[in-house]
Amino acid sequence: MAKKVNKETLDNVTIRFAGDSGDGMQLSGGRFTQTAAIVGNDLSTLPDFPAEIRAPAGSLAGVSSFQIHFSSQEIHTPGEQPDVLVAMNPAALKVHLSDLKSGGTLIVNKNAFTPKNLKLAGYETDPTEDGTLEDYYQSHFIEMSKLVKNACEGIDLSPKLVERTKNLCALGVLFWIYDRPLEPTIDWLKSKFKSKPEIIKANTNALNAGYNYGDTAELFTTRYVVEKAKLPAGKYRNMNGTLATCLGLLAAVEKSKMSLTFAGYPITPASNILHTLSNWKKFGIKTFQAEDEIAGIGAALGAAFGGSLGVTASSGPGIALKGEFLGLTLITELPVVVINVQRGGPSTGLPTKTEQSDLFQAVYGRNGDAPTPVIAATTPGDCFFTTYEACRIAVKYMTPIIVLTDGYLANGSEPWMIPNSKDLNDFEVTFEKESESEDKHQPYKRNKDTLARNWAIPGTKGLEHRIGGIEKENVSGNVSYDSDNHELMTHIRAQKVANIANEIPPTEVFGKKKGDLLILSWGSTHGSCKVATEQLLEDKYKVGHVSLKWINPFPSDLGKILLNYKKVIIPEINRGQLCYLIRAQYLIDAIGLNEIKGKPIGASTIVKKCKEIIDE
Amino acid sequence: MSEKPTLKKSDFQSDQAIRWCPGCGDYAILAQTQKVFPEITEKKEDTVFISGIGCSSRFPYYMNTYGFHTIHGRAPTVASGLKLANPDLSVWLVTGDGDGFSIGGNHLIHLLRRNVNINVMLFNNRIYGLTKGQYSPTSELGKVTYSTPMGSLDYPFKPTQLALGSQGSFVAKTIDKELKHLQSMIRRANDHNGTSFIEIYQNCNIFNDGAFGNLTDRDTKADQLLYLENGEPMIFGNDKNKGIILDGTRPKVVEIGKKYSIEDILVHDETDSLLANMLSNFTAEPDFPEPLGVIYCSERPTYDDMMNEQMLKAKEQPSQTLDDMLNAGDTWQVK
Repeated sequence: MAKKVNKETLDNVTIRFAGDSGDGMQLSGGRFTQTAAIVGNDLSTLPDFPAEIRAPAGSLAGVSSFQIHFSSQEIHTPGEQPDVLVAMNPAALKVHLSDLKSGGTLIVNKNAFTPKNLKLAGYETDPTEDGTLEDYYQSHFIEMSKLVKNACEGIDLSPKLVERTKNLCALGVLFWIYDRPLEPTIDWLKSKFKSKPEIIKANTNALNAGYNYGDTAELFTTRYVVEKAKLPAGKYRNMNGTLATCLGLLAAVEKSKMSLTFAGYPITPASNILHTLSNWKKFGIKTFQAEDEIAGIGAALGAAFGGSLGVTASSGPGIALKGEFLGLTLITELPVVVINVQRGGPSTGLPTKTEQSDLFQAVYGRNGDAPTPVIAATTPGDCFFTTYEACRIAVKYMTPIIVLTDGYLANGSEPWMIPNSKDLNDFEVTFEKESESEDKHQPYKRNKDTLARNWAIPGTKGLEHRIGGIEKENVSGNVSYDSDNHELMTHIRAQKVANIANEIPPTEVFGKKKGDLLILSWGSTHGSCKVATEQLLEDKYKVGHVSLKWINPFPSDLGKILLNYKKVIIPEINRGQLCYLIRAQYLIDAIGLNEIKGKPIGASTIVKKCKEIIDE
Repeated sequence: MSEKPTLKKSDFQSDQAIRWCPGCGDYAILAQTQKVFPEITEKKEDTVFISGIGCSSRFPYYMNTYGFHTIHGRAPTVASGLKLANPDLSVWLVTGDGDGFSIGGNHLIHLLRRNVNINVMLFNNRIYGLTKGQYSPTSELGKVTYSTPMGSLDYPFKPTQLALGSQGSFVAKTIDKELKHLQSMIRRANDHNGTSFIEIYQNCNIFNDGAFGNLTDRDTKADQLLYLENGEPMIFGNDKNKGIILDGTRPKVVEIGKKYSIEDILVHDETDSLLANMLSNFTAEPDFPEPLGVIYCSERPTYDDMMNEQMLKAKEQPSQTLDDMLNAGDTWQVK
């Protein structure tokens, strides 16, 4: 007899998948995300994994999680407290339970609650037995290991490999609860494990077993529907920050018709840029795994000297090593794009967690007066536009440029309205032409508008010249120790970066154009600040939100906008680095909101602080 | 090149005043390089000199080619990137014992390992010149300098041995005073496809004068220098009466005439890596002569060529436009 099932419609849901590093939680989360995208929800994701590849099984240190927030409305953050927690073992439950909303749905793999695992997680009694969970949560203790074992009977696979399919079983349960199609996941399994039919079969069976369990178990009485989101019209795909960054570089290659040379050294969370680009050789993109971080930027600079767009990517500690080369790139005025996928610092810090604490490093981290353009991406999909613009500016102004993203942007994803390549800004490149003239080439002769020097590349007849790290005479490029020339060159280098402000479109203000409080964000804090602003506006507060992309130079209209509000608050995942820069530049009493917990600041934290400031 | 060169030595001289100390060995190396280049290239626009930091690293400013004076120790990285971007260029790297083996040691070994088609000229004066006289990683143990008043405590590298250990495919040694020999090593390096490493002994007359005195002094040098010629026996000495033999696995210096005849003397084979390792070990051994010439030369596929192959192979994949890439994967339409 079919059980009675209610259907309820929800606006938005946050699910957190948590389990051991080897439990495949990133995969379950990723598949749920892709399905939500295909269903047409707006979504935002936050993967969170330990730095250890395989911490001891069952330990608290080895817990890996993936959070997805999906909705029938526009959303901008991966959510705060989850509505649903999937805990594949006691350690995952221990680490994440306190975040689950009270009354939320808890789904655990009962079979993982063995005495050994309970002890590793620090439980004295089994929480699935002692009644401590049922009072607070809609708790479902499912014997997933057993379910997949039965479902995979007869398949020629080791028990260990069968056990590994339990993440698909958990996914199946959730697909039933949220009424999602299974086909996209089955199709994906088929293409991913093309040559391994047993693996496809076992995972498909496990997925179905979870789905059928939801369908038949008396415990589940309600299914939830999250409708398609009403996003602006267009064609969409799910996009993460790493792929968006790489596509931005590809767009630069295709629009400029330049070659691109990427040189980098593996570092979390930036390595995937190297992996992705190394598959794109057919577009003329050359990749070079350098012997260290210094060699990464060195090779990018060498390539730029040769007329290629030089690109390197790293994270905080690696960027520190690149500092001296950034100075050389700057003084030789060659276009090199340096991408910093920020992570928790200082030193090794928190390699797999997100942070915004490399802003000072980006703006100031070199010897000498060394102004360097700094641009930051605001969402995973925005990494595309930010990286493309960085490439364009680097070439147009003949300068190194630092692109700031972070671990959350790189690994997080969102529905992305696919742009048309025709709509991107034009990207022109001019190399100096061969010369028969007897006159010596003048490498530091400049464009009057941008102050960029000319780009004469080796192999071009008649333009032989020498550049280097010693100060050069303006125009001629000869080594010069002349004090007046040094001062002139120092000013020119600063003015050149300041001129980039001419490229920045007028700043958009969301919410009130004048009012009590401006929420000023930069980079990935964009989402939380936007959501906070929406809530504050709903509560009739007079607030506005500005999301900064350009940190050096600042947009030229920013100073005026700041004066339209009684107060300015700057939420950042650091101790107040933008706040310091804004105070120094505009002499205003900006207020910091600083949370440094390795994850995005919650919108509710921002709302609370803003209300305190306005109401005080 | 049999035809008359189209360029002259003066075409390779830049208009910049040379700022090395009077009497510095660098002058000779620069002059020989400028002299050889008209023979080895017709297109100076395709020639690039890249250097790091140090006295030797000022070299690019004096060559009227393309040039890049980079930062301390890092020239191999810039040279590699340039070569990656444009494999058709003839890239020459000028470095010193401090720049190349101390601060830049990591980059130099990886350059050699990868076999990027770049020519390395390492000026070894066994001292830090530009920072005014501290010991270097090739200074002899016990070297008294400003930073080691009681003598240095670290053992020196043997540069050609390090180059061989880094899988260098062309390893040679010469000296600033032997002008013709220096020229021939530059020619040989140019001819080699792969990373070419030439160690050039160079006298710093300010901080380490006479470091190679026994190799350059007219009275002693014949007994101290072993000129290597491929396929020729390893004979040296004023009277050409000394030679190298193998006693078991150990090399030995013997006198030719009495117990040993010329037939007993080891014949140099540039492609023999065991022999190369043995020769590179002679340096600073009091009983052995200093070998000059091509110690090892054996071509293998270069990084540039293999990269080029991969790039060509990748082009065989179905072509895609930027818009194809932007629209790849699962997509959906919102109306």
